[in-house]
Amino acid sequence: MNESTLKTPMIKMIPIFIMGQKYEVPAELTIMKAMEYAGYKFIRGCGCRGGICGACSTVYRKPGDYKIHTGLACQTVIEPEMYLTQLPFYPALKATYDVSTMQGIATEIFEAYPELFRCVACNACTKVCPMDVKVMDYIAYLKRGDIEAAARASFDCIQCGLCASRCMGELPQYHIAQMARRLWGAKLTPRAQHLAEMVLKIEQGLFGELIAKLETTDTAELKKLYNAREMEPAMSRNEWKPSKDNVGLR
Amino acid sequence: MKIAYYPGCTLKTRAKNLEDAALAALRVLGIAAVELPRWNCCGAVYSLTDDDLIHQVAPVRDLIRVKEQGAETVMTLCSMCYNTLARANRLMREDEEKRHTLNTFMDEEPDYHGEVEVHHLLTLLRDRIGWKTLAAKVRRPLTGLKVAPYYGCTLVRPRPVSIDPRPDQPTILDDFLRALGAEPVDYPARIECCGAYNILSEPDAAHRASANVLASAERHGAELVITSCPLCEYNLGTCQNQVLPHGEGLRPLPTLYFSQLLALALGVGNEELGLELSPASSLKLVAERISPIHQA
Ligand code: FES
Repeated sequence: MNESTLKTPMIKMIPIFIMGQKYEVPAELTIMKAMEYAGYKFIRGCGCRGGICGACSTVYRKPGDYKIHTGLACQTVIEPEMYLTQLPFYPALKATYDVSTMQGIATEIFEAYPELFRCVACNACTKVCPMDVKVMDYIAYLKRGDIEAAARASFDCIQCGLCASRCMGELPQYHIAQMARRLWGAKLTPRAQHLAEMVLKIEQGLFGELIAKLETTDTAELKKLYNAREMEPAMSRNEWKPSKDNVGLR
Repeated sequence: MKIAYYPGCTLKTRAKNLEDAALAALRVLGIAAVELPRWNCCGAVYSLTDDDLIHQVAPVRDLIRVKEQGAETVMTLCSMCYNTLARANRLMREDEEKRHTLNTFMDEEPDYHGEVEVHHLLTLLRDRIGWKTLAAKVRRPLTGLKVAPYYGCTLVRPRPVSIDPRPDQPTILDDFLRALGAEPVDYPARIECCGAYNILSEPDAAHRASANVLASAERHGAELVITSCPLCEYNLGTCQNQVLPHGEGLRPLPTLYFSQLLALALGVGNEELGLELSPASSLKLVAERISPIHQA
């Protein structure tokens, strides 16, 4: 039979190894789709499928390459002969603390996570991060008490835990960074004055009348209103301003 | 003059006064200390175990950061950072096999062969500025002030990284004090240990060692002890109330970082010296014994 008479285009199949077992799967799939193609059904280790929830971290190696590679299964495209396993969760101790009673100083982090000082700067954490966060650097910031620098440097962390899996100092880096971001956000960043003012206005009944009206509006009308609502465009910089009759400006 | 600067973690927290005063003094001297844009804790203590190479990774990484900046020299202020970086640097220069192992382990970094020169601020003052030039910049001469230069361990030991050619009879801090117009006190305990990390596991032993240093300085007429190490300053200064009962008739003795005295002599305002982090007796000494700024 002539190839051109085939109805479906030829899909190139490539071999990959999932937990040591060989499967032939269509090339160009992501690891996650390839695993589903091979018959796996995710009840854990998969969340957003958009590279943001951190549930699908995957560890793999390639033939002839001693390096450990990592990626998010939902984002990483398969390569021939790669062998992989998922690491959807990595146990790491998480300190209990109450941000509302804290001051936002470095000693609070040192007390919650004394193992911070076991870091030997081996950099295995940074090498393994699927989000390219400079993990070793934010740990270094914290050792010198710079909570803000650590919060900023760890901003892209999705809490997948791969850093902790490779740490020879046995640090739970991602939990430590989360504490830094919490303290920074709650205690160190300036409070937004306009927010407090708006909350006060709302409490004083700014939207009371409008909400009462909406409560008696029928669904079709609500949908119309919703679609016609005034909204800041996704890509706007600073040039966007709400229209003059926007209730929030009252 | 511009110089790459490695601060070390403690200088960003508990020993901020060591750093603040030094940077203020350097500004007066026209030296721009450029903090490395990336650095990590050096480990603070040089690992002596021969095959424990993992603890050399941190200091060597810092030296690579210096090289990355295109700098040939890095300056430290903390004795312990100085010691750790200088010894790691020697290792990378002299031990081919370990150098290879470390460079291979840090395969994400450029190879390092010990190209960088590690300086302590004191050697920089001696070798690049000179005591005479320093003396000429003094605006608050410390005339008549009897100061005990405390070298401790890590500035002068081991011999190959000593900041003084005679580690057993160093004079660099004495020369520094003379340049500032002060009178260095010669006392036997100047290169003895303050007790160092024993303060954590054997506090009494540390206090005894510190009492020995303070008693020796006091017997020889010191009004003030200067240090360049946050741990020495902690043991001798911060913990002094616990130390005093360990020496007979020992009275409170003010302590300051050498950088604080330097800044004072150069006419930097007291508010830039971080004096609030120093013992109360040191504040009193500054107020009572150091004359106001000479108007030029
Ligand atoms: S499923 Fe959420 S990051 Fe992959």
